[in-house]
Amino acid sequence: MNAIINQLADTIRTAAARRTPLCIRGGGSKDFYGGTPSGERLDVSGYHGIIEYEPSELVITARAGTPLSEIEDALRAKGQMLAFEPPHFGSTATLGGCVAAGLSGPRRAYTSAVRDSALGLRMLDGKGNDLRFGGRVMKNVAGFDVSRLMTGSLGTLGVILEVSLKVLPLPVAEATLQFEKNQDNTIAAVNAWAGLPLPISATAWCNGKLSLRLSGASAAVDAAIRKLGGERMDEGPAARFWVGIREHDEPYFRTPLPLWRLSIKSTTASMNLPGEQMMEWGGALRWLKSDTEAATIRAATQAAGGHATLFRGSDKNTGVFQPMSAAMLALHHHLKDTFDPMHIFNPGRLLG
Amino acid sequence: MIGYSRAIIPFPPVRVTRYSRGAPSFAYTVRMTVVTNIPIDAEKQREIVTSLAAFLPESALLFDREDVQPYECDALSAYRQIPMVVTLPETEDQVRRILETCHALRVPVVPRGAGTGLSGGALPLANGVLLSLARFMRIIAIDPLARTARLQPGVRNLAISEAARPYGLYYAPDPSSQLACSIGGNVAENSGGMHCLKYGLTVHNILKLRAYTITGELLEIGGDGLDSAGYDLLALLTGSEGLLAVITEVTVKLLPRPEGVQCILAAFDEVTKAGQAVANIIAAGIIPAGLELMDQLTTTAVEPFVNAGYPLDAAAILLCESDGNLEEVSEEITRMTSVLKASGATEIRVSQNEAERLRFWAGRKAAFPAAGRVSPDYYCMDGTIPKKALPRMLNAISELSRKYGLRCMNVFHAGDGNLHPLILYDANQPGQLEKTEQFGAEILKLSIDLGGTITGEHGVGVEKIDSMCLQFRSPELETFHAVKAAFDEQGLLNPGKAVPTLHRCAEFGRMHVHGGEKKFSELPRF
Ligand SMILES: Cc1cc2nc3c(=O)[nH]c(=O)nc-3n(C[C@H](O)[C@H](O)[C@H](O)COP(=O)(O)OP(=O)(O)OC[C@H]3O[C@@H](n4cnc5c(N)ncnc54)[C@H](O)[C@@H]3O)c2cc1C
Repeated sequence: MNAIINQLADTIRTAAARRTPLCIRGGGSKDFYGGTPSGERLDVSGYHGIIEYEPSELVITARAGTPLSEIEDALRAKGQMLAFEPPHFGSTATLGGCVAAGLSGPRRAYTSAVRDSALGLRMLDGKGNDLRFGGRVMKNVAGFDVSRLMTGSLGTLGVILEVSLKVLPLPVAEATLQFEKNQDNTIAAVNAWAGLPLPISATAWCNGKLSLRLSGASAAVDAAIRKLGGERMDEGPAARFWVGIREHDEPYFRTPLPLWRLSIKSTTASMNLPGEQMMEWGGALRWLKSDTEAATIRAATQAAGGHATLFRGSDKNTGVFQPMSAAMLALHHHLKDTFDPMHIFNPGRLLG
Repeated sequence: MIGYSRAIIPFPPVRVTRYSRGAPSFAYTVRMTVVTNIPIDAEKQREIVTSLAAFLPESALLFDREDVQPYECDALSAYRQIPMVVTLPETEDQVRRILETCHALRVPVVPRGAGTGLSGGALPLANGVLLSLARFMRIIAIDPLARTARLQPGVRNLAISEAARPYGLYYAPDPSSQLACSIGGNVAENSGGMHCLKYGLTVHNILKLRAYTITGELLEIGGDGLDSAGYDLLALLTGSEGLLAVITEVTVKLLPRPEGVQCILAAFDEVTKAGQAVANIIAAGIIPAGLELMDQLTTTAVEPFVNAGYPLDAAAILLCESDGNLEEVSEEITRMTSVLKASGATEIRVSQNEAERLRFWAGRKAAFPAAGRVSPDYYCMDGTIPKKALPRMLNAISELSRKYGLRCMNVFHAGDGNLHPLILYDANQPGQLEKTEQFGAEILKLSIDLGGTITGEHGVGVEKIDSMCLQFRSPELETFHAVKAAFDEQGLLNPGKAVPTLHRCAEFGRMHVHGGEKKFSELPRF
């Protein structure tokens, strides 16, 4: 396995010397996300395998090329899970890609995000340096938190080699309830419920219907079912439904229109934007199918304290991510220069 | 260089509130000073005072020795330095102008919250301006429906939960210093607490920051949603020990108060059995709200002060807390009880009411002050190790304790492997300081060797700066310096803290290898 690292480091050094852009790739399942990938392919899928997994430590350490499904299977076998319920977006998804994309699934608003679970990582920077940050323990404040900086940076700062993630036990009980509600009533309800000690683990609203998942101790789930009412979904269809939400397989997501991801304040009233909306994360995540002008969508999102991403769409000319203030942009460029001075990694994938 | 935390923690804890009014004035005197006071350059002082007086009111600008003396240290009071100037701004605009002025004059700035830090992060500089955020005390807004609170950085940690209580909400991270420490300091240190195994550290519980760089540029980081565009600067700033930017506003998440809380006190006849019980609870799929361990030395030290009724014949006790709705709590308590029994607990008590639960915790919360009562001096360590290494670490500590002839109280966040060994010593006894220093260094070295870290929540500051050389190699340290430079090119914001220079590590390496050969030869090989 060391030979692979040496080879990757060599490729990076050569690319840096020649200033040839590299396109870091695990399984390619998230090629659609962010700026269009370009550059010579740097394949990290060969660097795979679980390095250490001790259930009582609540930590798993694995190589970046490890298939996400392999990680999830290993955890499930020991009654554990990735708390952020990551979308795979294809069977080829790898751990490295999951961390680099930083996308979390339905459980995000109630348990944690990819970045919350990231405890440590090993990476190669733009000079081919083999670096380790963070560690395999829950609490660690030695040095700046580069592990979390790398999470969601879309490979623009370095090649992730290994990652340590915090994991959680699988919930003992789970139930999904459904309610007929319009969007504004849903926003009011899910926010109010989140302020009560209820074991909510996901919400999804689409087309006048709110689906709400409860996860936890049987006693807690049962008590919440009694309290909330609603229509209980059967287990099989419920499990499939949440996978469909996570993987964008639900009918809502099958669309030729551009798909926007609006991450905003959870209590924001239904947004008056042309196009059909779908809502997750207790109101904090809104999907919008729309060919309305980017500027209109971005302005409305910013007013709601958040940011809009052109999640899926063919025309990325107006940019994928919400523009930043001049001060923030300058800082991003400084950080990019720090980790990747020759600008070889994933050009244009995150920063325009 | 390793520092010594003098027994400066006020007791009873109520007196800690004095921190919040600005600078603490400690009741105990320190006999040993690791950092000698460097004299102030009067001319430089005049220059900077003149510039700052142009926009700061008199009450916000201190430079007379008796006025600035109270700021000479944080809670790691063995390190002391009189600051050249202390500023106490009240508005963001003043903060911005202080930073711009200092940047223009190339004067270093040290941010300070409540000064409860345990690693010397807020230690002033003889040629620097201490920027206290203590007057930023306002809770700007609480949004009960969105479950967030917008806070000025000087707001005390506990004040957040008090303000949120009427809405049935609270702020989860609860460092033992929560009566006194500020939310700005919590962010700067990524502070934890008794409940972070289940509810996370500061980094997991904040949404948004306003912060100013040394050039006076405003950064708005994070957002009202759960993520933001670009790199995760929210995480990068959390735990950055005041080296990257000065935080002037924090938006935190609030959680619903659990319906019920109950605590188990379990006694063990061997410390390592208690350590194993911790692993067994987690392996059973339980994430307790709190999971803390105290050894016999600790329970005997705290009992006279808190009358908790601890079983003093036990080698160690565990406190295992469960929270949630009432049914859930009783289910979890039953499950934990059976795991604890199977792990060899000799006695199990379950709190029957809130008063009893608080009594169980009273000793844990008073552990630091109690150390200060049973010994003239103590030194608090903060390593984190994988839980499976707990028995090894505990054995090694008792062996080191014998080797150095110094007592060591073990009290810690067992659930996440974050140890707080308190080495008890008397600085008046010749040689004890040096022994304590070596004892502490061996624990930190062992924490790294066992796959852990030198600091779980107290930060590096000036105290553990040399141990950073053991945990990281040059390329990582260079990366840290480069990240720092991305925010602060001239290295004017809290310089000399958190990240050692490579030169310093080279020096330390020479000393360490030399001393290490004989130091570690007696240790068992793991
Ligand atoms: C009795 C006792 C118990 C403790 N228990 C715990 C515990 O359980 N868990 C835990 O994690 N810690 C604990 N601590 C340590 C300490 O309380 C925390 O580190 C706390 O977060 C420090 O907050 P402060 O406001 O006192 O910060 P300070 O000590 O004033 O500063 C700490 C660091 O933050 C920087 N800083 C402060 N404010 C800002 C700002 N606004 N912007 C930028 N930088 C800033 C300073 O430069 C310094 O580097 C304890 C301390 C004591 C004395």
